[in-house]
Amino acid sequence: MRVSNHDMIGDKPLVSLRGAGVMRDGRWLVRGVDLAIMRGQIVTLIGPNGSGKSTTARMVSGVLAPDEGSIDSAPKLRLSYVPQKLHVDWTLPLTVSRFMRLTARLSKGEERRALEETGIAHLQNAEIRNLSGGEFQRAMLARAIARKPDLLVLDEPVQGVDFSGEIALYELISGLRDRLNCGVLLISHDLHVVMAATDQVICLNGHVCCQGTPTAVAASSEYRNLFGARAAATLAVYQHHHDHMHLPDGTVRHADGSITDHCHPGDGHHHEHGHDHNNGHGPKRSGTGHAG
Amino acid sequence: MLDDFFIRALIAGTGMALIAGPLGCIVVWRRLAYFGDTLSHAALLGVALGLLLQVSLTLAVLGVCVGVALMLLALQTRANLSSDALLGLLSHSSLAVGMVVLAWMSWVRIDLMGLLFGDILAVSKTDIAIIWIGGVLVLAVLAMIWRPLFAATVNRELAAAEGMNPRRSNLVFMLLMAVVIAISMKLVGVLLITAMLIIPAATARHFSNGPERMALLSAISGVLAVAGGLFGSLRLDVPSGPAIVVAALVLFVVATVLPARLRSGMGRGDG
Repeated sequence: MRVSNHDMIGDKPLVSLRGAGVMRDGRWLVRGVDLAIMRGQIVTLIGPNGSGKSTTARMVSGVLAPDEGSIDSAPKLRLSYVPQKLHVDWTLPLTVSRFMRLTARLSKGEERRALEETGIAHLQNAEIRNLSGGEFQRAMLARAIARKPDLLVLDEPVQGVDFSGEIALYELISGLRDRLNCGVLLISHDLHVVMAATDQVICLNGHVCCQGTPTAVAASSEYRNLFGARAAATLAVYQHHHDHMHLPDGTVRHADGSITDHCHPGDGHHHEHGHDHNNGHGPKRSGTGHAG
Repeated sequence: MLDDFFIRALIAGTGMALIAGPLGCIVVWRRLAYFGDTLSHAALLGVALGLLLQVSLTLAVLGVCVGVALMLLALQTRANLSSDALLGLLSHSSLAVGMVVLAWMSWVRIDLMGLLFGDILAVSKTDIAIIWIGGVLVLAVLAMIWRPLFAATVNRELAAAEGMNPRRSNLVFMLLMAVVIAISMKLVGVLLITAMLIIPAATARHFSNGPERMALLSAISGVLAVAGGLFGSLRLDVPSGPAIVVAALVLFVVATVLPARLRSGMGRGDG
């Protein structure tokens, strides 16, 4: 397990959100998000579909301004963003090399190095829309790192990549964090793979439902009891059950069947070992549960 | 030399094609053809207002186009409005209102066909000066915003996250469009401006492996269309505005049916 030695005491976060939320059409996409990303730290966001992962990444990137709460960015923060979707139309001629220079001026050497690092140097002059899913994700990553960012925001950077490619990409990301000494905000569906490189896991479900270090999660007896020995090799960590569900009409159904208007970002289970809040809560639950 | 109407038309048309080429690429990439139509139809309303208020027609057209562009920009940010329907509404209603106002002003004699289809053979030396000075300014501003504009064309969120300020480049781009339409209206007419934005860009796509190259080839292809159209119109005695668009279309068809191998070979040859 990697322990980050970059976040020294007194170091200021690259970006921090405090009680941040985004509302669209009268509905909160996400709210009550508190997080801080330090230099050299990898923070991973997990959560079910529609839980506000991408919205949170957009807030951190400055694409969306929070409708409540606040965001603080380090001055002159250099940020690279890898969006979840990027479609290049036929009408738009775009080679990998030009794509690398989309938002930054690069020297030949800088471009070459980033492409080599992601293993696609041979595709420098290929058209973006002819790349395979895995090659395209590598091109996106190469473009992001060539800017030498302080903070790398990656929204599902391994989608469309086969399993061995996934592991290679995550190793690459983890290595980049060390080489560039940058912060990384990672959205992932594959916590079982990223676990080894992640410093902090934040689980979203319309708000921050729990956060902690993956080490603590993996080592905790609750985790083992809940998921068994196979846990490390399955998606179990990601597919844990939430104790409440957001219904289509905006209300919230809790584990005990009661329905309320909100899911109380302030209370709940913000214990440090995270992902056992299905039914393994037992005695812990009584103090922090969703009463009212 | 400038005393010959044909030479004047050629110079004016070349100026128009050089700016319409690169802007047309952005229009094609962003799927803004209908937006170009809307602005150019609004130009007719500009002409009507210019005549009514007795101000310079070019300025009146520019003013109305900028107004419509800003209005669209404001309405676009409200995602719940269908921009397609909105553009259609603005496009055709401004065309209709423009024509009604023009018809109502029975005391001014105007050549409606000239407004709709252009009258490039009637351009004056002043027109040429406006086109070339305006054109140089448009291209200079476009060069300045090109990187952020292109980045936002590929992905708006990425551009916003990486400090490219897509909102600003989008605004500047819309203003440039208004200028181009005000400049081109006299040459090809409000109904055919969009063609000069789109067809040369579509032709250039066949020979391009990068955006800057496509912008350049689009300008060249537009100049060829202007020259071909003007010569054709002189020879066959047909209206020159439509003849230029037909020439652009011929270039596009030729580029499309050329064997792919030949196209890429040509593409590399002059790169």
